[in-house]
Formats: sequence, structure tokens, C-alpha cells
Amino acid sequence: MSRKTYANAIRDCIAEEMRRDNRVFVMGEDVAEQGGIFGCTKGLIDEFGKERVRNSPISEAGLVGLGVGAACAGQRPIVELMYMDFTYCAMDQILNQAAKTRYVFGGIPVLPLVIRGQQGIGRGNAATHSQSVETIFMHIPGLKVICPSNGADAAGLLRTAIRDDNPIMFFEHKALYSVKFDVPDDPNYMVPFGKANIVREGTDVTIVATLLFVSRAIEAAAELEKIGISAEVIDPRTLVPLDIDTVITSVKKTGRLVVAHEAHKTAGWGAELASQVVEGAFKYLDAAPIRLGSKACPLPFNLALESAVVPSVKDIIDAAKAVCYK
Amino acid sequence: MIPKEREEWIYKTMNQIRYFELKAQQLFEENKLRGSVHLYAGEEAIAATVCSLLRDEDYITSTHRGHGHCIAKGAQLDRAMAELMGKATGYCKGRSGSMHIADFTKGNLGANAIVGAGVPIAAGAALASKLRGEDRVAVTFFGDGASNEGAVHEAMNMASNWKLPVIFVCENNGFGISVPTWQSTSVKDISIRGTAYNIPGYTVDGNDVYAIYEVVKEAIRRAQAGEGPTLIECKTYRHLGHWTGDPQIYRTREEVESWKKNNDPINNMRAKLLAAKTFTKKQLDAIEAAAQAEADAAAEFAINSPEPDPTHVMDDVFYVAEEERV
Repeated sequence: MSRKTYANAIRDCIAEEMRRDNRVFVMGEDVAEQGGIFGCTKGLIDEFGKERVRNSPISEAGLVGLGVGAACAGQRPIVELMYMDFTYCAMDQILNQAAKTRYVFGGIPVLPLVIRGQQGIGRGNAATHSQSVETIFMHIPGLKVICPSNGADAAGLLRTAIRDDNPIMFFEHKALYSVKFDVPDDPNYMVPFGKANIVREGTDVTIVATLLFVSRAIEAAAELEKIGISAEVIDPRTLVPLDIDTVITSVKKTGRLVVAHEAHKTAGWGAELASQVVEGAFKYLDAAPIRLGSKACPLPFNLALESAVVPSVKDIIDAAKAVCYK
Repeated sequence: MIPKEREEWIYKTMNQIRYFELKAQQLFEENKLRGSVHLYAGEEAIAATVCSLLRDEDYITSTHRGHGHCIAKGAQLDRAMAELMGKATGYCKGRSGSMHIADFTKGNLGANAIVGAGVPIAAGAALASKLRGEDRVAVTFFGDGASNEGAVHEAMNMASNWKLPVIFVCENNGFGISVPTWQSTSVKDISIRGTAYNIPGYTVDGNDVYAIYEVVKEAIRRAQAGEGPTLIECKTYRHLGHWTGDPQIYRTREEVESWKKNNDPINNMRAKLLAAKTFTKKQLDAIEAAAQAEADAAAEFAINSPEPDPTHVMDDVFYVAEEERV
């Protein structure tokens, strides 16, 4: 186990996978000498050279499209998008091409492609550089959607992603990059997709969160403990595939559900998850589930305004109290 | 100069495509085949000539008007026709119809129903070839309409910058559905856009096998020598509508008849072969009759093939590794 930042956990995992399999390569904006704007490919060019650590022009559609083609032709590309907001520039290649290639071509090709990058709040990057866009990719069949909330999961899930033969959307969080975590040293450490992590056990309310919001949920749970509410915190880790069974099992115990995420509340993944819980555990529910998500408003620049759009720890506490009728 | 065996192959392939397309039109008119079917009749010289210079391991990506590329890259007529009819024996198990035929075993990375989307994918396949140090080339077929898509320009810039072994073959048939190319496109000759990407651009008569052959040969030499991509614009004309149900209000019957009579790619080649006494009329007639019989047999096969089983409709959305299969 080593103490390292979330960003370094990602970088080290990429390096280990590139050492293990020479089909793995990285391309993206500023990934070579610069090592990525957030340092997730720092130093890779020194070990692997500029052929396998490729600076691309600012051409996201081309970049993802070349990734799709290289994957179709047997390589295992990791495409870094500087901000996951920029997926919008490459939507055809992601949603119409990568997601559908295997299915439309009769189940013959495999598409080992990882599209990764960071998203979210924390730096006041405003409307087009602070969004949480993961929900959109859940809606389109054929993509796996991964959301690590800590360094160990970042390494373990990314390794699983790189070794997977499907297109993967890998969402990192910019506010987690400099946070240090205990990360296993095993170069084969993998976290399976579709297996939620019960971060904290509890008996009164189930709180489901991913990415940055796992730490907010833990914080809320500690406060709730003080007023006699025992919260169970579940991190699904992967939204596709989604481990709904673990959530339903928890709700059958607690009878109450709060889903908290940074993505917009309207048609956010919390709505899908809450709906699946209602379908699977309706008679166990003692209260209507509460969804927390960003307001239906673009992310503003001013940090106080940004905070006003996104749910807070207090919002999670209030929601948990509400479903417990306290 | 085209070697005699290759001339024969090109002539045979053009006829296979022509009869396949006419058969598809007939089946559509008889309500035996449905969907968005875009026929290639009149443009056969391009696919047949380009693919005569490719090996199985070379890659192509194709378009919504893709049957010709598919056949020229080695597809079986019967399985292709079965896919057009949505049958279980089709290349894509009936899931995809006319616009998504692929055969990865022959290097055909797929037709593509999104205009221009195959262009970056071919560049990506060329990148894979370069990363592995192979001499495989990738050809991407696209239309005059696609030449105005952003992803095409991004891919051309990246391919030039990275000296990728890719050949951009623009089939300029004069119309984007109903809009004449001159109304939609900033240049008269699309090949001039090569200048913007610092790559050679050629405009050739796309109905002249011999003209296409020479520039493609040079483009392959250049790609394999590591000198990068080439843009080849083939001016051509589609004999049939944009799709099988197109009322064609944007052109006159006389214009269509004039192209068929005076500049048909198959007639052009036939006249040259007879003038050069390479083949006798009898030999060419036999090739043509065999192609027609093959198209008829393909239709029979397709008509008599079973419908796909809806219980398998969810298969192949994802690749599932052997050990994960339940």
C-alpha cells in the first residue's frame, strides 16, 4: 500500500498497463511533455516515447474517432479528454460509433477503448468546464460508465477499464486529484465493474453517492450519527453496470433512500436509481426517496454561486432527516 | 498499366456491384426489402479499382452508400443481400440493414450511416498500423457531402501531422441528397482541400478505372513509405436516386440518361478492354452473366433465409468475457 494522490494513482496505473501490454497507448491534448493539464500522464513520455504518448491537436471528434479506429484495428487506446465537458465536441464518435460498433456489426468486433478525463466543481471553471456529465452516457446502450471516488478505486477501476474489451467512459473528479489515498501496490489490483462499495454501514437511511459526493455523504453521515440517525453510505463506483442489488438490499434494511450527486437533478442518474429502488423494494420503503443534484442551471463561475447550485453536506443531512421524519 | 488478371477482377467486381444494386432496387420496388437503401450504381469504378490494390489486411471504412465498397473488399453477395433484408444470415444478423455492413476479417471496418464518421475511424486504423510498424494501409471512402463535416477535417489534419498511412477517397457524385455540390461546398474541386492539410490532392474521372488506378497506386506507395496521407477526389455520378424511394426532383431524366449513355464506368472499361483486345466480347459477356447470376442467387438466398430470433435482440451490446458468462 502506498500513500499517493488520486492523480498519481491514475498515472501509475496507466504506466503499469503500458508496461504490461504494448497495445496500450495514450493520446490527448497536452498529454506528452506537459503530462496532462492535471498531471495524469506526467513522465509517461520519458518511459514510453512520443509514439505511445501522443499529443493531439485540439480536435476532440477526431481524437475520439481515431481512438475508435485504432481500437477496431486491435490497439487499446486511452483517450484523455482534458475536461469531460468536451465529450460534447465528440458526441457522434462516442454515442453513434463507439457505443454501437459491436452491436451493429453483428457482435464480431471488440472495442477496447477508454475515454477518460475529469469533470465537476471545485475550481470555479464556469458553465462549460465544471459540469458533471456522466448521466448522459448511461442513457446510451453500449458504454460502461465509471466514477471512482478515491485513489484505490481510481487505480483498480482504471485497470479493469483498460483490460476490458468494451468502450469505457471513465469520469475522474478534478477536486479529488490532489487528495492522497492508500493505493494498493499490486500492479494487477483490479476493482470489478458492477460491484458497489458499502463505504459505511448504517441502519436508518441509505445514502448513495459517487465521485466527490462520497466524501460529502460520509461527512453527512458523521453529523447524522450525532443526532441518532445511522446512515449507510453506498458508492456504486460504476453506473453502467449498476449494482442495484446492493442498494436494494440496503434499502430493505433501512427503509429510506437519499441519492446525492453533482450531476443535474433533472433526469440525473439519481432518478434512475431511485426508480429502480422503488420498483425493487417499494413495500420496504418508509418514505419517498429523495434525490439531490445540481439545480437546473448552468454552473456559474463565482465560487459562492457554484456552491449554491450544487447540493451541500447540509442538504444531504436535511434530506436524511426528512426521510427519517426528524 | 493494370495487369490483366486485375483488370478482369475489376471488371467482374464492377458487374457484381451493378447487378447487386439493381437487384436491391427491384426487391425494394417489390416490397421485399425495406429501409434506407442507398445504391452505388454508376460509381462502381471507384470501389472496385481502389480495392483491387488492397490486401485483406488493409483497412477500409465506408459510407451509407456502402454496398460497393463492401463487395469490392470481399463481402459475399448473399450475406450482404441477407443483411439488406434484415435476415439472420446477414453480416450483422439482421440488426443493421443496408448502412452498417462490416466484415472485420476482410479489413472492412464498416459502412457508416453517419456522414463522414468513418473518416477518423480509418485514420485510427492507420494509426494502429503505424504503431505496430506494419505496412497495412487504410482507405476511407466518403462523399462530397461528407467533405463538409468537421470530423473529416479534424482527421485529415491529424493524419497529415502524424503521417498516417491513410488514403482519403472522396466520391463526388455531384449531390448531397438533393443539394448540388456547388451550392454546399466552397471549392469546385474538393481535392484542393489537400493543400490545407499539406497533403497531395488529386481529382480524377471517377468513372475511369485506369485514371483511378494510377493515383491510388501512388497513394499506397506514399502511405507505405511513411510519407503520409493522400486525398483523391473521384468525380462520378449516381444513376439512381439518393435512396431507393427518391423522387429525384433536383435533376432531369435527360441528365441521368446522358451520364448512363456517355460516361458509365462499366461501359468505359468494356470499350477499352475490347479496343485493346485484352478480352473478347464473349469473355466479357460471360463475366457479366456470371455477376448477374450471382446477384440473383444472393436475392434467393436472402429471401429464403430465416428471420432473426427476437430472443437474442440484447446479445452483443457488450462483449462479455468467457469467464463472466452466465
